[in-house]
Amino acid sequence: MKELAGKKEIIRQLREKIFTLEGFSTRADVRQSDFALGPVNNSFPGGTFPVGAIHEFVSPTEASFAAANGFISGLLSTLLKKGGSCIWISAGRKLFPPALKFFGIEPHHVIFIDARKEKEALWVTEQALKCSSFAAVVAELRNVSFAESRRLQLAVGESRVTGFLHRHHPFINNTLACVSRWQIRPAVSWLPEGIPGVGFPRWEVELMKIRNGRPGKWQFEWRDGVFRHLPAQKQIISGSVTAKKERYA
Amino acid sequence: MRRRYMSIWFRHFATDRMARLHPELKGKAFLLYAPERGRMVVKASSQALSKEGIEPGMVVADVRAILPTVEVFPDEPKAEKKLLSDLAEWCVCYTPAVATDSPDGLILDISGCPHLWGGELSYLKTIISRLQKGGYDVRAAIADTIGTAWAIARYGTDQPIVASGKQAEALLTLPPAALRLDDITLQRMGKLGFRQISQFIHIPRSNLRRRFGDGLLIRLGQALGTEHETLYPVQPAPVYQERLPCLEPIRTAKGIEIALSRLLETLCERFSREGKGMRTGILKGYRIDGEVEQIGIGTSRASRNAAHLFKLFELKISEIEPALGIELFVLEATLVEDVGETQEALWNMGGNNPKVIAELLDNIAGKVGMQAIHRYLPQEHYWPESSVKEVNSLEEQPETEWRTDRPRPLHLLPRPDPVDVMVVLPDYPPLHFRYKGNIIRVVKADGPERIEQEWWLQTGPPRDYYRVEDENGARYWLFRLGLYGNEKPQWFLHGFFV
Repeated sequence: MKELAGKKEIIRQLREKIFTLEGFSTRADVRQSDFALGPVNNSFPGGTFPVGAIHEFVSPTEASFAAANGFISGLLSTLLKKGGSCIWISAGRKLFPPALKFFGIEPHHVIFIDARKEKEALWVTEQALKCSSFAAVVAELRNVSFAESRRLQLAVGESRVTGFLHRHHPFINNTLACVSRWQIRPAVSWLPEGIPGVGFPRWEVELMKIRNGRPGKWQFEWRDGVFRHLPAQKQIISGSVTAKKERYA
Repeated sequence: MRRRYMSIWFRHFATDRMARLHPELKGKAFLLYAPERGRMVVKASSQALSKEGIEPGMVVADVRAILPTVEVFPDEPKAEKKLLSDLAEWCVCYTPAVATDSPDGLILDISGCPHLWGGELSYLKTIISRLQKGGYDVRAAIADTIGTAWAIARYGTDQPIVASGKQAEALLTLPPAALRLDDITLQRMGKLGFRQISQFIHIPRSNLRRRFGDGLLIRLGQALGTEHETLYPVQPAPVYQERLPCLEPIRTAKGIEIALSRLLETLCERFSREGKGMRTGILKGYRIDGEVEQIGIGTSRASRNAAHLFKLFELKISEIEPALGIELFVLEATLVEDVGETQEALWNMGGNNPKVIAELLDNIAGKVGMQAIHRYLPQEHYWPESSVKEVNSLEEQPETEWRTDRPRPLHLLPRPDPVDVMVVLPDYPPLHFRYKGNIIRVVKADGPERIEQEWWLQTGPPRDYYRVEDENGARYWLFRLGLYGNEKPQWFLHGFFV
């Protein structure tokens, strides 16, 4: 019996070692933060959202661009809860700072870098990812090559900063050396029958790729400052409410 | 060593300044005035006007009665004071100790300087001719004491230079006003018939003190050299500059780097001694063909970290064209600020190092440009475009809370995009709208939220904002500019909700 426990311990230690070698952070303080992602946690290696790594978000349309930024903001709010600041890099930014407050982020804690060219934005992203003083780095880039993404991943390897690489309207969907790839689409919001207006923001969150994890698809709602997972029966299928006559009574 | 002083008197300082600013006034009769007890009083008159007998202290209305064509301008005493101290700083090239003598004079401690210009006379002439070339009507005099130099510059008739120890002789024929006395003493002297200094200079001191008080004796003593007078020289701003001459001309980037790091080391050492830091700096390279190459940097907060400053300069070294070689490097800190020993936190950093972030931002500013870095604070306006303000400092904290009572989109277009809509009824959200060639069907809508123009800033029709959702769940922020009435108002798409 004692032998078995010893074996288990050895396996646990080996697992942890492999985990670190794969570029995931095992620091206790960062791993404790709870993103309230519910069932998505089962897809992640180690059961929690991987921090200290780069996550890729792909948004082919304008609506999914805004939705993905919303989802990133939701994740940021957890990362920034313990204080700290965040840098938001883009070329041609559309983000409206006051709206970040709806996600529990103090907009004046965010430094915005508006580069004129994609290349400059990429340079700034690498520099920022090397700087361990940031809680998170968000970069809105259109096109990133595999080699460039590897450089970014190397920068993160030392500083252990969480990076969000948001590729909007990319020319090609090439593979990147990121730990995960997400696609966020807006979903039809829900309101009780007969209530006019627009409901809480809802997204269809697709985890397309994750290193050492299981990809999946979920629906989330942003309500009261946290993510709420929506079980399958509560989801609204797109287009099912179009036929309603009394829409804005 | 005997001290020597020079007094420079600008006879028409205020009007000369005006004529320099407006060259068309040169040689014209004009005056400067200021209100005094409900009247406009002449404060200064130009050289041409002085010849007509117009003196400061007259009322402008009187002058206009005498000379209807005279031009008048308001007096600017602050600007004059500034110009005088600038002139004093300029005079530092003749002697290290220069003091201003308000309102229209300078006093130079020239001890040990004139021989460099070939004697006192040529020294005086050099300064006077330089100032006259600049458009100033000046007189100057040199003497052992400030008092005598002052008196000769203003009232002297023959020699501008008083030989050493000959103050008493030079003063004899001058009026009492040459002793810088106050008005009451001067009036009393006038009543008693003292027209020249020679009339009272030999009267026993105790008698003079009884009549006129200590003031006269002190001034007389200062002019003769028996009383001490302190000069308060202007303090030119210290120059933070380091020079590095090279034996052989430098042509490689590596050589420039070595020169730069040496200059930075000495400059930063000086900064840490004085508790200062660099905000902006320039590295100049003097090439052997006479050209000057230069690169400049700026930091977001004062820094005296040589490694960090080197990094900022390093990004720009490639811009230097050494050509045949650089023989002299000059590093100058053009803007220097105090550095607190303890750098206060940027904001609640959770134990992180704000200095690192500030240095990263400096790097970014050096590579991409300062205009790329933005930080926002709330502003109390409903109009979406003016609800945020940009701040330059990393320390500034918001004065008001960020508002969340009204929905605001995460993406806001820099310019609202006009869209074609189909609306059932006025004041209703659109049924569908066309954006970038696609027809978007509106399924759910919220609103309107009317935002009026802020009339004290701009005028125009109000905006009625609607939050709408299409059948796929994409959420938009639309607004109608103006109201349905005689004209058809235009609809715009202004943002995207998450």
